[in-house]
Amino acid sequence: MLRQKGVKPRAPLRAFGTPDHYIPTTSRDLMDMQDAEARQMAIALQNDTAAAGIPFFGLNDPRQGIIHVVAPEQGMSRPGMLIVCGDSHTSTHGALGALAFGIGASEVAHVLATQTLWQRKPRSMRVTLTGKLGPGVVAKDIILALIAKISAAGASGYAVEYAGPAIDALTVEGRMTLCNMTIEAGGRAGMIAPDEATFAYIEGRPYAPKGADWDKAVAAWRRLKTDTDAVFDREIALDVSTLSPMVTWGNSPEAAAPITGRVPLLEEAANAEKRGVMERAFAYMGLTPGMPLTDIAIDRVFIGSCTNARIEDLQSAAAVVRGRKVAEGVEAWVVPGSGLVKAEAEKLGLDQVFKEAGFQWREAGCSMCLATNGDKLLPGQRAASTTNRNFVGRQGPGSRTHLMSPAMAAAAAVTGHLTDVRDLMGER
Amino acid sequence: MEPFRKLTAHAVPIDQPNVDTDQIIPARFLQKPRSAPFGDFLFRDVRFNADGSEKPEFVLNAPFRREAKVVVAEDNFACGSSREQAVWALYDFGVRVVIAPSLGDIFSANASKNGLLTIVLPAPVVRGMIDALKAEPDLEIAVDLENQTVSLPNGPAHGFEIDPYRKRLLLEGLDEISFTLGQLDKIEAFEKTYAG
Ligand code: SF4
Repeated sequence: MLRQKGVKPRAPLRAFGTPDHYIPTTSRDLMDMQDAEARQMAIALQNDTAAAGIPFFGLNDPRQGIIHVVAPEQGMSRPGMLIVCGDSHTSTHGALGALAFGIGASEVAHVLATQTLWQRKPRSMRVTLTGKLGPGVVAKDIILALIAKISAAGASGYAVEYAGPAIDALTVEGRMTLCNMTIEAGGRAGMIAPDEATFAYIEGRPYAPKGADWDKAVAAWRRLKTDTDAVFDREIALDVSTLSPMVTWGNSPEAAAPITGRVPLLEEAANAEKRGVMERAFAYMGLTPGMPLTDIAIDRVFIGSCTNARIEDLQSAAAVVRGRKVAEGVEAWVVPGSGLVKAEAEKLGLDQVFKEAGFQWREAGCSMCLATNGDKLLPGQRAASTTNRNFVGRQGPGSRTHLMSPAMAAAAAVTGHLTDVRDLMGER
Repeated sequence: MEPFRKLTAHAVPIDQPNVDTDQIIPARFLQKPRSAPFGDFLFRDVRFNADGSEKPEFVLNAPFRREAKVVVAEDNFACGSSREQAVWALYDFGVRVVIAPSLGDIFSANASKNGLLTIVLPAPVVRGMIDALKAEPDLEIAVDLENQTVSLPNGPAHGFEIDPYRKRLLLEGLDEISFTLGQLDKIEAFEKTYAG
């Protein structure tokens, strides 16, 4: 778009690029991309960033990966920054105390050309999380429970701050999972005030400030807290100690329920409209109203995506998989969020754990999260997936997606059906 | 960008909440260049069978809906992915206005850069419009951006709010990048003081 207008990026060093959506996860060769248009697009990204002087991690760079995994991992996403990207899950970076949100292609061009963006202040929402997570319950379960509570439009028009003792206790990677899926509640940005855990996460990463600059930066970041007397447009509270592992059954992330429960009954729909949505979801997903969630048998397992493909995610899945086998007839994949996550996992021997169990261990990328690179479910296939969207056709035409945490997806892989991971934890 | 001022046109009711941009345009069409016929990809998998034949039950395939320039939808329309192609698909199909009780934020922002007007009206008003359109498919909706009103024939004019900047973009069909670069002095002044 900029070339057509004859406009150059204003501050190329404030931009960054890496290919993630269309690339193969079986090799690191662009020529292995089956779709000629997609291949052309990946090559254009490489050439255009080079011509403009924009830092770029290409497919052969060991640091390549999903942009929302790579930028925090490199220390590029830091407190106080304003971060935008042509992808709705840019909200992920809010976990580091940045204001981060997704924009469309025209706005990306506008930011590159002008280093500015026209914005109106969004309404503010605070989600206060209290209590302590039980065993087997993680950040993914918090966000699925929250969306089920406030609906997929519940945060529409709001920027969301997550706060409270349960946030203080959450790892930075867990915080990223929460902020990542804020868009699934309709909220464009999710953010968490930076604290000692944030600073410890960023310190020493390649793009983090060093030496005296570091001390100065941390001193400034410490001031980035919400005032104690701040007033929010909307306040939500959730006690996380009441939560169980969550799974979705329908075609919106709000269609989530504790694994101990059942697929709802049509009579339980709040109104005629919701009843219609439920009916369509049952037909598309091939589910019987009222059936126990643990009776849902799966064909595929996908552990990956910007929501859940960081090292902690792979560790928690591997802990469940270790010493077990993928159930017969199930095809299970792990797609690490970045080349560095993959290398780290291999250093820890996690790749062996997954491979011995019968998982495929693949190269980093978005892969089957949105299925534009050829990795997809076949029509009618059902997946336990650690991704963020269970929309109709999201993982390929006719695909049936159940969202859950990495440990829950691992549990489904080894049993062949949706399973309460806590039942497997008790066995050893 | 084509300016938008007002129109009176047939409308299509989309009577379900949370219609995501993956439905509006499936991901496999995203790598197409802007010159591709994006109107053909609109609601591709719910509008057409795998063999390309139309699904008669889908609302866009009904009389008066094919030439619709207005979409009246339920809550949280066009939520999800930031793909601007969702706007292109609607625009290329002929749609110039989307009315709903709430819309995906990124979709609305994208719409205003492409000459597509998004209007938020209270849920009961939208419900009434959807019911009216279902009962009388040939109803024409009148939309006036200058005066910020929407009305059905013989019905009251419903006022709507719109960000003044977005209104100006649409009314004048402004090229936003040139507009912003016209204020380069302010950007440069800020950059001098910004330490980050
Ligand atoms: S992993 Fe999925 S949600 Fe995340 S950026 Fe890639 S396609 Fe989008």
